[in-house]
Amino acid sequence: MVVYIYSMRILSLILLVILLSCKNDANENSTVAADLQKESNIELDLTVYDFEGLKPYLKTMTDSVYVVNFWATWCAPCIKEMPYFEAINKKYKNKGVKVTLVSLDFPRKYESHLKPFIKKNKLTSEVVVLNDPDSNSWIPEINPDWSGAIPATLIFSKDNRAFYEQPFTFEELEAELLKFIN
Amino acid sequence: MNILKGSLTIVAVVVLSAFTSVSNGYKVGDMATDFSLENVDGTMVSLSDYTSAKGFIVIFTSNVCPYAISYEDRILALNRKYAPQGYPIIAIMPNNTALQPGDSMEAMQLKAKKKAYTFPYLIDQGQKIYPQYGATKTPHVFVLQKTIAGNQVKYIGAIDDNYQDETAVKTKYVENAVEALLSGKSIEQTETRAIGCSIKY
Repeated sequence: MVVYIYSMRILSLILLVILLSCKNDANENSTVAADLQKESNIELDLTVYDFEGLKPYLKTMTDSVYVVNFWATWCAPCIKEMPYFEAINKKYKNKGVKVTLVSLDFPRKYESHLKPFIKKNKLTSEVVVLNDPDSNSWIPEINPDWSGAIPATLIFSKDNRAFYEQPFTFEELEAELLKFIN
Repeated sequence: MNILKGSLTIVAVVVLSAFTSVSNGYKVGDMATDFSLENVDGTMVSLSDYTSAKGFIVIFTSNVCPYAISYEDRILALNRKYAPQGYPIIAIMPNNTALQPGDSMEAMQLKAKKKAYTFPYLIDQGQKIYPQYGATKTPHVFVLQKTIAGNQVKYIGAIDDNYQDETAVKTKYVENAVEALLSGKSIEQTETRAIGCSIKY
């Protein structure tokens, strides 16, 4: 298992520089800058796995239902459907449903794109990162029918499993989830 | 009895169509369609234009997809190596440009100029071709071999096994496939999978 931890400090520094270089209302800016500094001081650590490390997220022996979404910040349809996964997480987390968002962003985008995205959208679902470039070796293990296009989503319980190589609306996602709950 | 037969037929049709909708597109061994698509230089390009080719490396690719960008230099290298040996690259941009303006013809022309593409970079205007091939993402490769019966699909999938780092590549799937075809051997891996940007339609 490979786990890297990336720190948020560089980004907060960049944000601060950008904000300080703004020349609008000085008072307002300093408040915003202070707020942002406070916010970005909260460390955001990414958990990065190779496929072996991700495997425990892909099966269960418990009574929970797992929704695993494969996405990346550069993938427009993934970003569009992200709020629906977040909504499912909020609505069903007390009913034994766990949402995991598996980012496929490139390592060089972790600081510049992925971490800011997670913070900006205040994602409440668990975000993990899969970095395993030999995707031919693991795509069929996630599902034999997956061509490799994202977004893609896996829903499973200990008895059932379904895979979707498609974007969802909230209603579609909830309808699929309910098949596992009822 | 007739009613039963009838409903069984309906069930059979429904089941079959459910199956076919899953397995759209070409399988290895199928004959690939030719096309006439607009190139970045304004000309129309068809596979049949290449009278002396032995086959083709057809790549569905795009301007803005990070995976496609990652492979630009490797696609150029493939064309440098295999166009002289009879397997030229034919790149096709399959996305709906209304949904992805970064893949417009103008943007494609800029990309082709900037990267000095030595192969045609075609637009799948009307998005009629990529569904026939069964391309789902960019980049998505189809290696074709010219036969008397037509252009036969010999390999479907990824270019190699590392989109991030060319120097860490262990297996060059497309090169291996073309080399096998050139030397009359059977291709070891005829289908591979890779993460890619879903085609916007």
